[in-house]
Amino acid sequence: MGGPFKETKLPASAPVGHKALAWVDDRFPLSKLWNDQWGKYYAPKNFNIWYLFGSLAMLILVMQIITGIFLTMHYKPDANLAFGSVEYIMREVPWGWLVRYMHSTGASMFFIVVYLHMTRGLIYGSYRKPRELIWLFGFAIFLCLMAEAFFGYLLPWGQMSYWGAQVIVNLFGAIPVIGPDLSLWIRGDYVVSDATLNRFFAFHVIALPLVLLGLVAAHLIALHEVGSSNPDGIEVKDNIGPDGHPVDAIPSHPYYSTKDFFGVSVFLLIFSAIVFFAPEMGGYFLEYNNFIPADSMKTPPHIAPTWYFTPFYSVLRATTADFMYVLMAAIALYVIFIWLKSRLAFRTKVIVAAIALLLIIGMLPQVLEAKFWGVVLFGSSVVIIALLPWLDHSPVKSIRYRPDWHKWVYAVFGISFVALGYLGTQLPTPAYTIISQVCTLLYFSFFLLMPWWSAAGRFKPVPTRLTFTPH
Amino acid sequence: MKFTKKLIALLALVPGLVFAAEGGFPLDRAPERHDMASLQNGAKLFVNYCLNCHSANAMRYNRLRDLGLSDDQIRNNLLFSADKVGEMMTTAMRPADAKAWFGAVPPDLSVIARAKASPAGSGADYLYTYLRTFYKDDTRPTGWNNMVVPNVAMPHAMWQLQGIRTPKMEDAPDPHEAGKTIHRFAGWNQVAPGTMNATEFDTATADLVAYLNWMAEPAQGTRKKLGVIVLIFLSIFAFLAWRLNESYWKDVK
Repeated sequence: MGGPFKETKLPASAPVGHKALAWVDDRFPLSKLWNDQWGKYYAPKNFNIWYLFGSLAMLILVMQIITGIFLTMHYKPDANLAFGSVEYIMREVPWGWLVRYMHSTGASMFFIVVYLHMTRGLIYGSYRKPRELIWLFGFAIFLCLMAEAFFGYLLPWGQMSYWGAQVIVNLFGAIPVIGPDLSLWIRGDYVVSDATLNRFFAFHVIALPLVLLGLVAAHLIALHEVGSSNPDGIEVKDNIGPDGHPVDAIPSHPYYSTKDFFGVSVFLLIFSAIVFFAPEMGGYFLEYNNFIPADSMKTPPHIAPTWYFTPFYSVLRATTADFMYVLMAAIALYVIFIWLKSRLAFRTKVIVAAIALLLIIGMLPQVLEAKFWGVVLFGSSVVIIALLPWLDHSPVKSIRYRPDWHKWVYAVFGISFVALGYLGTQLPTPAYTIISQVCTLLYFSFFLLMPWWSAAGRFKPVPTRLTFTPH
Repeated sequence: MKFTKKLIALLALVPGLVFAAEGGFPLDRAPERHDMASLQNGAKLFVNYCLNCHSANAMRYNRLRDLGLSDDQIRNNLLFSADKVGEMMTTAMRPADAKAWFGAVPPDLSVIARAKASPAGSGADYLYTYLRTFYKDDTRPTGWNNMVVPNVAMPHAMWQLQGIRTPKMEDAPDPHEAGKTIHRFAGWNQVAPGTMNATEFDTATADLVAYLNWMAEPAQGTRKKLGVIVLIFLSIFAFLAWRLNESYWKDVK
């Protein structure tokens, strides 16, 4: 870069396309971008099915934006007109029903794909050094995605839209001192109303999509800076061949172009099966209650968030007044564990103990009520995912070379997460509350005890070259 | 006299309450009807019996062309609440009047078949059972009560077709608690006949519910037909994409 402008001169007989590309390349790094980001981006050759979900997530993002643009042409963000405008799209706009179903199915599929994408990161240690920043950008994308889905869900202005928003915004009211004012500021009114609908529309249509696009770009830039990891968890850049590229890596084009193309075709098969034959998905993708226009006078008997929020919602509901005592005991035990087992500096241990003491005092029934701590745990259950790069102390990255019993730990975590998700869709009976409390403890223990369990056991020898079975 | 009335009122609640405790009156399966004849019959029943109090504000009269009707047929036989076939199925009853007369505003029925689905059954199942379980109840303002929605504000719109019925109640041992008895529903008494017998009324209701199901999503037929073609295309496409991928990857050792 820099220096006087150097024009590429091609022979006169060269094809027009080549000349046009050369003209652009002299003024804009088009070929360089293509080659650096994809064409000649060398990626490990042993990517398996778990490595498809990133590109699928990007596909879904583009689909949501395009279907969203067409929906915005006909949707009316007014409390009196919103519900009717959605039915107008379903009935009167040519192919409106298809665009609507693609958008609603796309929203749920986005979360399925993103959860699978995060699972890949978890099992292969993709978040380990030097890829911590990719993980942090990814976590920010996850937060924005949840916010985007939450804001979008209010827009149809059905019963579940209205009351779900009412419950979640009221959660902010549990924050001491600033809570009620914060809720008022978010809502723009004393209850969820037309003011709320208008601003949620603005957030959903432009504010968050812009942030999401920026974060996805940052996520990919960070990835390309250090290079992709792989199912074996070894660094392919440690072994460079005579051509200057890692011996165990291949250019993304054409190999991952064709692989992702195949992955996309299978995804579209599943996606289309849902869009054309089961768009409601038994009331999980399009909730039955949401076909009733929002009525501030009638509370539905059972308010539940959409399925993709239910694991974290379960954690919130599990935090009852009785559970506070269990939490206080658990915090005390954790501090004792840190004092006895960790190699932290004495000063750090004292600070940890002081914070724990403050928390325990705060959890006493006379100080801060369980509702507040429920919100804290709800938030913590999401934020703790971001801390993975610093919690995982395993000497190997990938689950393939960890002791076999580690796989059981991951299985228990996965089962707890899914159980919390299921329980979040059900009414809270006493039995279900106990199970969600147990699963909450398992969920947090997975992360908070990870510095110890992830380093324990006999690890398998990690190979120097990738394990790859030719096709 | 006042006490007796209260007692009767309380007893009238019992049939409904029995089911409220156990999660609701069991829903019958609505017969599947996709043929034009049934849907047209359902449309006829809808505009005659429902559109007086209820609206279907998202439904345009001329969308009935999808059911094989011409504009003239719609105009001459079904255009009750509007002047032109391009207009929506609105109702003339004002919400304030409805609230005063019935105690509740009759809900819009455009998407009612989608709204009433639940783990207990589909929206069609709910509506099919609801429309067939009205019974005479002199303690209610309208004189009618319903098994699926106890103390519903809606009267039996199709009573002339079904006739007047009351529920038979019987005492039986409680399945959950030994030694206790429960008061449960044990069938119907036909107090006065209607113009249709039970089978005819069930068929008519099935047609009406099929129409409501269609009206909730008029594009569903197109959706499914198109879906078959899309899935066939994508299956071939995915197969070709797979083989293309394999042809490139055989070079990777």
